[in-house]
Amino acid sequence: MILPRPGAIDCDMHVNVPDVRALLPYMSDYWQDQIVTRYIDRSSFAHMSYPPGSPLSGRKDWVPQDGPLKSVPGGGLADVQTNLLNHFGIGMAVCNVIHGSNSLFNEDMGAEFCTAINEWLVREWLDREPRLRASIVVHAQNPQLAVDEIERRAGDPRFVSVLLPLMGDAPLGRRIYWPVYEAAQRHRLSIAVHAGSTYRYPTTAAGFTSYQIEDYIHMSAAFENLIVSFLAEGVFQKFPDLKLICMESGFTFIPTLLWRANKTWRGVRAEVPWIDEAPAEIIRRQVRFTLQPVDAPRDEEVLRKIFRQMDCDDLLVFSSDYPHWQFDGDEALPDGLPHQLIEKILFDNPRDAFPRLDAETAATIQLAGSHS
Amino acid sequence: MNAPFDAPSADSSARQRLMLVDCDIHPIQKPGAVAQYLSKQWRDHMMSFGGHVRQGLQQRIAWPRMMASGQRADAYPPDGGPPGSSYEMLRDQHLDPHGVEHGMLIALSKGGMEERNQDFAAALMHACNQWQKEHWVDRDPRLHAGIVVNADDVDAAVDEIKLRAKDPAFKQIILSPRTNEPLGRRRFWPIFAIAQETGLPLGLHPAAHPGGAPSTGAGWPTYYMQEHFTFSTASEAVATSLVMEGVFEEFPKVRIAMIESGLSWASILGWRMDRIWERMRAETPRLKHPPSHYLRQNFWFATQPIEEPENPQDLIDVFDWLGWDKIVYSSDYPHWDYDDPRFVFRIRLDDSKKRALFRTNAMTLYNLE
Repeated sequence: MILPRPGAIDCDMHVNVPDVRALLPYMSDYWQDQIVTRYIDRSSFAHMSYPPGSPLSGRKDWVPQDGPLKSVPGGGLADVQTNLLNHFGIGMAVCNVIHGSNSLFNEDMGAEFCTAINEWLVREWLDREPRLRASIVVHAQNPQLAVDEIERRAGDPRFVSVLLPLMGDAPLGRRIYWPVYEAAQRHRLSIAVHAGSTYRYPTTAAGFTSYQIEDYIHMSAAFENLIVSFLAEGVFQKFPDLKLICMESGFTFIPTLLWRANKTWRGVRAEVPWIDEAPAEIIRRQVRFTLQPVDAPRDEEVLRKIFRQMDCDDLLVFSSDYPHWQFDGDEALPDGLPHQLIEKILFDNPRDAFPRLDAETAATIQLAGSHS
Repeated sequence: MNAPFDAPSADSSARQRLMLVDCDIHPIQKPGAVAQYLSKQWRDHMMSFGGHVRQGLQQRIAWPRMMASGQRADAYPPDGGPPGSSYEMLRDQHLDPHGVEHGMLIALSKGGMEERNQDFAAALMHACNQWQKEHWVDRDPRLHAGIVVNADDVDAAVDEIKLRAKDPAFKQIILSPRTNEPLGRRRFWPIFAIAQETGLPLGLHPAAHPGGAPSTGAGWPTYYMQEHFTFSTASEAVATSLVMEGVFEEFPKVRIAMIESGLSWASILGWRMDRIWERMRAETPRLKHPPSHYLRQNFWFATQPIEEPENPQDLIDVFDWLGWDKIVYSSDYPHWDYDDPRFVFRIRLDDSKKRALFRTNAMTLYNLE
């Protein structure tokens, strides 16, 4: 179904860096020299998790057919305004940049790419379109460098979350990552974990798959393991104000996750004594999921049952996943979404998921930034 | 799950009426139990080198279990052997009192599934299968062995299956879902060919030791709580691989039993695969049907550890979506999270559904009479 009224908050949309040269102006002299003399700027940083020509990566009518951004899924600002913001009457949209540099092994180079991407976001997008917000891109392999980047951007209220790849060097609940969560909570930034792997390991416990479709299918299972990692390590107790937002995770698996997490915990709770309430309650309070993709048959009854099983109106936040091909035409909402949920998903839940989307909070941050 | 075991009485009349098939019983080798089936070379090898598995601890699992080494504390036999090593105890504690008409043996430990030395693995699986037959099946006709194989050594696995397939003691083939590569990949296809030829189902049961790839896709978990959770996500990966590689187009009669892997994920995985396949089907031209078709046709699911929805009635939706004809009861005796057949389902089931879950589905799956 179509969006009922304008002003929806799109919590997961993508802008694509067209090529490495676009980032050069935002890099230091040393890295500009490195990138150019090593010809690093001459080949694509397309991400293995989202090959640009793959049907999922770009809905056909959202991929420019000519011009300087030909074949770049989602195109540039004018395309985003036309196809997404104006067309769907989006009130605010959170840009998540998925860039291949997040799988570089050289963490200094990786961190420089992040700095450049964030600066590129500010100059090319946020400064030019007031409806846009963004996640801070960080090189998660080195949590200290990630924290440095968070500190660099935290004064800009248009950055509303920290973006981490779902599958990186270690399960994200591990304590080596806690400085990132400490910084995020302190700055009222949410943690946005987006589907994708840096391919440090096979994407599945069964080894490297043959097909891209398998990698993509398995993302939802990896999200389950992510949430269980956060639970088991005690991240939610340590950072009670932090929201974990699962981006492009799917959501129909939530009931089975809640049940299994509860049951396993009842059996092994002595191993993780810091978990002092049922995991399902912790998830309902601190974990959020973007609406797309909708992993359900086109049968309203099924979706209604899934929502009844989830037994919580707070879990989902609206996303278009632009320019990924999750829906056709204007059907940004699946049929069968319970009516009382639609308003929550489009407006209330996003504001709860991203404290910085609240205008008053944003103003406070701006004020603090101007004094520093 | 940790509640003290409430022993049923063997002569309880209600139980006598409902005979059941238990699709997951673990016979455990006492130290030295299979020595007589190994050549001197491999006995010496076992003494000097021991096992060579894919983790840092040789003798035990790197995520220590919570209670009694992951076993029912009341299932330690008086002779000092490990739980699951005593036939008499299995009979008195489980088979007789619960009216188990057929019990499917899943021999996990030291069966060679996880051994990296392929020749040693071949010797171990051969020995383990012989031990299952002589020490269990020959003593009690209710028990049925599964041919344990090391799938990573396809040739040896096929040889062992050929050797055992004609023996009625063996009713299925047991594989670990944690092979070096996803099980659907073509190097494993000779195993599916022989499975189809012999009509034996393939039982996939998470092995105790990890496989070659980290269990979360993002590295290794810290806690057993997480590793236990990955039993289901790893099984999702294997199911996806089998479907997407086109195994069931090539071998349409192959039947897969997912054991101790959970089951509520399966329908959701089917929906997810179908939706994504709408976009990506050009990548997998072997598939003639939407992926969920194969999940529905070729897979069975064992119940333990049974899902416990917050609202017990939600289990009915799960079973509706999965198919009542594809669900088979399993107890996981003698493990700590054993599901007692009297209490496993907290929903009201009519007699025909009860019969299907506890008996007839498994009879069909395993060609039992």
